[in-house]
Amino acid sequence: MARPRRAGARKEAAAAYAFIAPNYLLLLIFVLIPLVGALLVSLQRTDGFGEGTFTGLDNYARLASDPLFWRSLANTVVFTLIVTPVSMAIGLFSAVMLNAALPARGVLRSLLILPMAVSGVATGLIGVLIFDQNSGALNRIAEVLGLPSVDWQSQPIPAFASIVIATVWWRTGFNMLIYLAGLQGLGPDLYEAARLDGANALQRFFAVTVPLLGPTTFFLTVLNVIYSFQVFDLVFVLTGGGPGGATSVLVTYAYETGFVTRDQGYAAAIGMVLFVFALVFAAAQWRASRTRDLVE
Amino acid sequence: MSARTRLSARGATAARTVVVLVIGLVTISPLYWMVAVAFSTRSELLGGGEFRPWPREVTLDNFVRVFESFPVATWFGNSVAISLVVTALSTITSLLAGYAFAQLRFPGSTVLFFIALATLVLPVQVIIVSLFRLITGLGLYGTYWGVILPSAATAFGLFLARQFMLGIPRELIEAARLDGATHLQTFRRIILPMSRPLIAVLVFMGLLQSWNDFAWPLIALRDNELFTLPIGLLFLQGQAGSDYGATMAFALVNVVPIALVFLFFQRYFIAGFARSGIR
Repeated sequence: MARPRRAGARKEAAAAYAFIAPNYLLLLIFVLIPLVGALLVSLQRTDGFGEGTFTGLDNYARLASDPLFWRSLANTVVFTLIVTPVSMAIGLFSAVMLNAALPARGVLRSLLILPMAVSGVATGLIGVLIFDQNSGALNRIAEVLGLPSVDWQSQPIPAFASIVIATVWWRTGFNMLIYLAGLQGLGPDLYEAARLDGANALQRFFAVTVPLLGPTTFFLTVLNVIYSFQVFDLVFVLTGGGPGGATSVLVTYAYETGFVTRDQGYAAAIGMVLFVFALVFAAAQWRASRTRDLVE
Repeated sequence: MSARTRLSARGATAARTVVVLVIGLVTISPLYWMVAVAFSTRSELLGGGEFRPWPREVTLDNFVRVFESFPVATWFGNSVAISLVVTALSTITSLLAGYAFAQLRFPGSTVLFFIALATLVLPVQVIIVSLFRLITGLGLYGTYWGVILPSAATAFGLFLARQFMLGIPRELIEAARLDGATHLQTFRRIILPMSRPLIAVLVFMGLLQSWNDFAWPLIALRDNELFTLPIGLLFLQGQAGSDYGATMAFALVNVVPIALVFLFFQRYFIAGFARSGIR
């Protein structure tokens, strides 16, 4: 009996490797090898043409005294800390609203998730159209209402705000969609029980809905934080990182450094910092979720 | 239900409808503005004078100008071709690998799965410099395949497929094995038919991502006959400057097809996510 089972296990393993091979070959060639390459490039001074010179940890040392790097790092963190909770909260709120009986629910749902389908470049260009200081819709409306106009492009804080607003607009639909999927999995029993206990709508939301959607919230938090670390197209198109680095994030800074000023070793070092941040975050989240699973 | 609670229930529904409508209007207004500007004469809605929120007359001038000055049809074709190939490849590789991780036992599975998850958090910009060198070394720089192959396997798709397939009862698979089915036959005859909602999610995510992808094609493509729509859009913005009418007309060409696909798919999309055990 032992022999055929071992043969079966070996066959099963062989099949499994065959099944994962296409995916892992592509990941190996186009992700893992370049990742090792990026680590090596980050230890060199190179403009991408010809051979680079090995400079050890010089690029990393340079980061410490580079104000634009610190600015980009801070912007990335602040951006993530605002966009993630805000777009998730609005997403959850809209999903709960839409999950109840409503007239024309399907149409309203389509309306709310439509921005998800808009490309980052198009979102950035629509943002340019809306936030333009002179002819943009927002300042024109402000004018009509007798409100002061805002220097969306030339002032650091409004420029940063325009990025945040555009991203929340863009990202909320996805969060709502996943929350809707989560809500569809919740049975009515607990709500009935809560209702019989006299809980009002708000109490039912915080005592039943929020805890039951915990795993969805966890999944979305991870995805949103990772997406926020990686925000690129929208910033690139809407502000290009300006004015004066006010909206520069790590990814746009790495791109600028690598492909505009062509300091590719330094760009790779910026990228590695970003990767380590993302990994540490993911690992922390993973640990937190494991502990939570054990507690439950 | 008493008359009074029915009345208050109706009041609650009305209140909810109003709130959702307000959120909906705020959400849709930037898209409305894009459409309005795309269909109005040059800067009619943007110039000085009083603010008018709709065009006085609807015109196709902007579209004509864009189609005459740029190879829009070519860019559109490139986007369609690249998106379809990327989506097909990434869906297939995700389904195959997801099945192995969900239903088969093999040494090293945990480590391999974690490697895939680590690539999930890796922004493409981290590796973009060395990926560029690799593509150039392989002779793929400035070609379709240089764009397609790096996007053809996704850790996110693998992850979703595994989650979904964990929900397929193992007994079904063992029964098929006892009937003498090979792993590939089991996959084709049992797993695939049960995975329709998952396939809908993977296809949709693949289309959305590749259609809208920007950072990598921006680096990997050189000749403007090979541009995809988002790259063309940026190129056009660089050329046309503040010609918002032209830019928005082209943005619509970029947005409308995928938005239609999206509206068609959304129902399956929610169902697919709901069943992938992510909640």
